[in-house]
Amino acid sequence: MKYLAFAAGVMAAGAAVAAEKPVLTVYTYDSFVSDWGPGPAVEKAFEAVCGCDLKLVGAGDGAALLARVRLEGARTEADVVLGLDTNLTAAARATGLFEPHGVEAEYDLPIRWEDDTFVPYDWGYFAFVHNAGKPAPANFRELADSDLKIVIQDPRSSTPGLGLLMWVKAAYKDQAGEIWEGLADNIVTVTKGWSEAYGLFLDGEADMVLSYTTSPAYHLIAENDSSKAAAAFDEGHYMQVEVAGKLAGTDQPELADRFLQFVVSDAFQSVIPTTNWMYPAVTPKDGLPEGFETLVKPAKSLLLPEDEAASMRDAALAEWRDALSR
Amino acid sequence: MARRAEPVGAAVGIGAAAVVAALILGALLAVFLRAEAGAGLGPADWAAVRFTVLQAALSAGVSVTLAVPVARALARRRFPGRRWLIALMGAPFILPVIVAVLGLLTVFGRGGWVSHLLGWAGLPPLQIYGLHGVVLAHVFFNLPLAVRLILQGWQEIPAERFRLAAQLGAGPREVRRLLEYPMLARVAPGALAVIFAICLTSFAVALTLGGGPKATTVELAIYQAFRFDFDLGRAAMLSVIQIVLTCAAALVAVRAARRDSPGGGLDRPIRRWDATGRGARVWDTGLIGLAALFLLLPLAAVVLRGAAGVVDLPGVVWLAALISVLVAAISTGLLLVLALPMAAAVAVGRRAGMEIAGLLGLAASPLVIGTGLFIVINPVADPFALALPVTALVNAVMALPFALRILVPRAVQVVERYGRLGASLDLRGWNFARIVLLPRMRAQIGFAAGLGAALSMGDLGVIALFADPEHATLPLQIYRLMGSYRMEAAAGAALLLLALSMGAFWALDRGGRWHAEA
Repeated sequence: MKYLAFAAGVMAAGAAVAAEKPVLTVYTYDSFVSDWGPGPAVEKAFEAVCGCDLKLVGAGDGAALLARVRLEGARTEADVVLGLDTNLTAAARATGLFEPHGVEAEYDLPIRWEDDTFVPYDWGYFAFVHNAGKPAPANFRELADSDLKIVIQDPRSSTPGLGLLMWVKAAYKDQAGEIWEGLADNIVTVTKGWSEAYGLFLDGEADMVLSYTTSPAYHLIAENDSSKAAAAFDEGHYMQVEVAGKLAGTDQPELADRFLQFVVSDAFQSVIPTTNWMYPAVTPKDGLPEGFETLVKPAKSLLLPEDEAASMRDAALAEWRDALSR
Repeated sequence: MARRAEPVGAAVGIGAAAVVAALILGALLAVFLRAEAGAGLGPADWAAVRFTVLQAALSAGVSVTLAVPVARALARRRFPGRRWLIALMGAPFILPVIVAVLGLLTVFGRGGWVSHLLGWAGLPPLQIYGLHGVVLAHVFFNLPLAVRLILQGWQEIPAERFRLAAQLGAGPREVRRLLEYPMLARVAPGALAVIFAICLTSFAVALTLGGGPKATTVELAIYQAFRFDFDLGRAAMLSVIQIVLTCAAALVAVRAARRDSPGGGLDRPIRRWDATGRGARVWDTGLIGLAALFLLLPLAAVVLRGAAGVVDLPGVVWLAALISVLVAAISTGLLLVLALPMAAAVAVGRRAGMEIAGLLGLAASPLVIGTGLFIVINPVADPFALALPVTALVNAVMALPFALRILVPRAVQVVERYGRLGASLDLRGWNFARIVLLPRMRAQIGFAAGLGAALSMGDLGVIALFADPEHATLPLQIYRLMGSYRMEAAAGAALLLLALSMGAFWALDRGGRWHAEA
């Protein structure tokens, strides 16, 4: 009996110690929390300074993440959401679930960033990746006129797919439908997500695949393989900026603020290039990893303002579907 | 129908069916209740419905049409490695979609093996993308299932019938008319319905092989409604359409299927005296060879792609494999607990209700069901804590229609043949099940359990919605590897998954096999 009481005492003490450590719950996309993503390093680095337990929760991709937060509404356990992109911020803002942050940072983004709700943590350019050494088109019109075969992702189920839709729209406005009609015979197929498309490209099903300008860096740095390149388009490249935001209903507002400040710090930003394979929002003090200097630098950055992107999305999708359904 | 003395009760089966229906319909209802007012179904949605029905009907029709001669050939021939071949042929069915599609395209794609061969002959590459590609892929996935279901029909014809036919001097034509066509009329409608139902919820396969947005299926429209517009009402409505279509198919199948059973026998090994001619032998061999080539080449591609990556798989992949095996084990247990009473209930006459409840798990969109369960669980418990049990349960419900297709014909046969005998000996209820029914269904139980385990192992299922970093299943881990550019490791993990699924299937199916045929 004495032992039992002792054991209960020890367990209670253990629980008390655990309870002293506040838990910060961060919802993010699945590839962020995977063992090959930034998750493990970020968790370790933040827990070393916060005296808290950082709980990273993966939920599909960016769009699934937002759907998840909307499903849970104000009851959500999440304190911070990390992994929305500029195509989702308008809808996310409209839910009223997010609260302004107080983060200040010197961003190294190709555009001015002024947003009191969302903190950018990385960014990249969409681009068509191809085998180096092969001739590459210099813009969408050249691509449409060529015999090159491409694989793209469906904008309805994939983030890069939606990015491409916006890219063509931002570059060609009213002529976007015409561009898609021209591209129709170049498109081998449309896949559900990025992984399928990239896998098909690596298998030789197509000459090019929609991905990011930073994709060749993975092959170069992780596989020591310089056979992949991204084609530079002279219309400019559409950007994806990935952001984090604090939920208004958080029970850990101070910790959430600290985490958002941590997101733009060196400890977080230096992990991004070789785990998320994107550009960090704030260049780490040691600069970008060796290999990133070989990447294509687009002459022009395209990004539609979020309300404009949101208002033209459905029409752009209809245009895309009509052109490719013929 | 006058109530006859029933050897087993239907109550447990009705209970199991009610649990399944409550799970699926409850989840659907939860999504409806949570929905805000949204747009109704637009013309694009109806176009998706039309395309979905078209491709599902074509896929089911082609799969079953091709499966009949292949199953007949397999039923008539005995050769070394036949068992292995039958087991291996089932593999496409249990692979994660993404892996199977890449394997399929390695063989049939623009840059695939067949296109290379054509290139050497100076011909243009294969044009695989389009409606025919969708059907080809669905036949690849479902032909093995159709073959197994129909082959089982052949094996349920008692050996004595063939012996009698031979004694009476019946040739191949008479055997066909008297024994084989009635059997097909009994088995084929169910196989058609179940494959139609599987193809109704196809999404990634249809889109990728279909070549673009003209291959938009209802499931893709649901994704769009959910992710793009967050229109839960439309998502749920589209899922209701899937369910209605599946139920209609199930009802047609139940009505079309003739219920007369071939009767019982003494379980002797089957010998065929009607198919010994040289022509029949060459024909059968050719058919088996073609089917094996069609199904095994893409699998060979999966193996070849994975061979390099499988040697140094990261530790987390092994952990994921362990979790997947565990989930599959629980799921298989749940599957049998649900399916066996339901099969018994069908055998004593509660047919349509069981069939529909059984198909519900396949009919409803996994995304909608997962979301519904999430809505239901979230207020009362941590969905992450329940991720694995929920995945096991949903996997079991999704495998239920296959298990029923396998178990029902045999259960019907056993009850018809031994029910009265049992009743006269006062052998009823659990005792009848224990002494007569279950032992005589061993082969079917083994097959159903094997299929259920393999399906659960390969299914991404709802785990993707409840994913938690520490408890990823193997299919989810494969997606994660691919999502972080590690295609080689992903291919290795896919090979591991293939081996595990086949191993589980083989062990369970083998354990139940009792026909002395090699």
